[in-house]
Amino acid sequence: MSVNELLKLYFEMLRIRMVEERLTDWCNKKLVNAPVHLSIGQEAVAVGIMAALNPEDKIISGHRCHAHYLAKGGDLKKMFAEILGKATGCCKGKGGTMHLFDDEAGHVISAPLVAASISFGVGLALSFKMKGENKIAVVFLGDGAVEEGIFWESINFASVFHLPVLFVCENNLYATHSHILQRQPSENITERVRPHKVNAHRINDGNNVFLVREIAKAKVELVRKGQPCFIEACTYRLREHWGVGEDWDLGYRSREEGEKWMEKSPLKQAEKTFLNRISAPMLHSKIKKMEEAIKKEIDEAEEFAFNSPQPPKEDLLSEVG
Amino acid sequence: MGMRKITYKDASAEALLMAMEEDKNVFLIGEGADHINGIGGQCLPAIRKFPDRVIDTPLSENGLTGFCVGAALNGMRPVLIHQRDDFMLLAMDQMFNQAAQLRYASGGRHRVPLTILSFIARRPGEGVTHSHSLQSIFAHFPGIKVGMPATAMDAKGMLLRAIFDDDPVIILEHRHNPLYNREEYVPAEHYETSLSSRVVLLGDDITIVTISITLLDALKASYDFLLEKVIFPEIIDLRWLRPLNIEPIIQSVKKTGKLLVVDTGWKSCSISSEIVALVAEQAHGHLKCPPRRIALPDAPCPASQYLEPLYHPNSEMIIQAVEEMVK
Repeated sequence: MSVNELLKLYFEMLRIRMVEERLTDWCNKKLVNAPVHLSIGQEAVAVGIMAALNPEDKIISGHRCHAHYLAKGGDLKKMFAEILGKATGCCKGKGGTMHLFDDEAGHVISAPLVAASISFGVGLALSFKMKGENKIAVVFLGDGAVEEGIFWESINFASVFHLPVLFVCENNLYATHSHILQRQPSENITERVRPHKVNAHRINDGNNVFLVREIAKAKVELVRKGQPCFIEACTYRLREHWGVGEDWDLGYRSREEGEKWMEKSPLKQAEKTFLNRISAPMLHSKIKKMEEAIKKEIDEAEEFAFNSPQPPKEDLLSEVG
Repeated sequence: MGMRKITYKDASAEALLMAMEEDKNVFLIGEGADHINGIGGQCLPAIRKFPDRVIDTPLSENGLTGFCVGAALNGMRPVLIHQRDDFMLLAMDQMFNQAAQLRYASGGRHRVPLTILSFIARRPGEGVTHSHSLQSIFAHFPGIKVGMPATAMDAKGMLLRAIFDDDPVIILEHRHNPLYNREEYVPAEHYETSLSSRVVLLGDDITIVTISITLLDALKASYDFLLEKVIFPEIIDLRWLRPLNIEPIIQSVKKTGKLLVVDTGWKSCSISSEIVALVAEQAHGHLKCPPRRIALPDAPCPASQYLEPLYHPNSEMIIQAVEEMVK
């Protein structure tokens, strides 16, 4: 990969981080009336996977959807407006932070009830196969979703019908405040998926964006041939389950554990890799430029969202069906 | 119009095939949609003509519903078939947390043209989990239509309406033999039943609202007994529980002053409760006696062939109620 390609991945991760840091500011100023679920610390999975896809490929996400939306190319203005409940949001304010989608970018839907949206990806893949469309569906899920029956129904169906679907499990070890070993027989989900004849791969360092991209490219090639695949990317959520603060004081996980993952954070790891290729001053000047460009985009989107109108009262009862 | 005499079951099968002929995005999916049984035979014509668009599936009710939502988001019109409506309880999350709400939650940008077709499989021996009539809980949720055809004409017309609706629709057919295999004249061409209740018999003495197969019981009570006694009931076949077309019922009650609702489900928190409540709200001053309901007793369905026939509403119960009310 050329340095410029690598920098592009870094840019995408930095954009997600900076957007969520801006959301953090808003929340701290009590400007947001919604439970935001931040992806800070997990950016490499979204960016690495998306880098292996074609623009026509479609993705599905769940409650922690900001990173997927942004990495797939979702419109930041519509995202900010949606989080603020404004009429210009992607769901006209009626879906909220956990329902982000952008059809044009190929982010078909996010649906927050854990595991529910996994089945949508399988259905999309079924429709691609039936219609002869040369696309794949990518489903993002967390480790908690694996405990739901519908995950296994989805894995089974995709396997039996050879559907072009890639399941991406972000294993961040915790479902809200419960460690995976309180909920599952082992930390390794991949070994339990494999017997379903879904090609499954565990990435122990899911914070390494270059590694995620490399594995994803190989799997996406198989998926296009009708072999469903599963990637388990081990990663770590650095903020609380929902909300923008840290939660080491709650006692369900230790600050020491968190600090290890902070050292391995997606941006830090990528910076180390760059320093093998380019000089530190060169890297810093490139990062500074990126930050300036992203800040400008965020400022504009923020202005757009805050100045957008509220949904009209009639919207309360519109589009019910 | 080309009218032929066909059964309720065949009218429904014809709707499935016709929809698939008209739109290549229509497909059938369900447990037991195989070429041998074809879900009570109803999928067989479709399987013969479009084997690639009828999917026999693993046993995954909730998953299947979600797969259909996903396919619908890409422009397909899936018809998901459950052999019994009891099995739909395994898919409540996908039907109501998801399919019913996605249009609203997306500000109208997601449309889910999903049809869920299922059956009330009333028959001795079926018992609990295989013969219940669960329409009232399905009709609780905004965002999803619920219809129950009581004639062969509507078995076809309501199913076609459902398949070409851009929002999710549940159609519950009744498999009890007197209705399922009853022959009627049905148009050969495409038609869609309107989202309204239907006045089946005009009368001045009492309003009888029927749901699903109870239409046959009310008609039997009328033709075998009530009309000869010079009691003229007005019978309204509800057809759709959601949207609930209450206006013809209100108008009828204003004329007759009496309301009897006959349902195939339980009484508590039910569609029969809802109809009585709406009449109380909108036509209270016109009621000449308290409204009454005939529905299932508050117990699960017994399997025994000695007990099961005692469980369901029948024409004798209707005759008795009407006689008491018009006295």
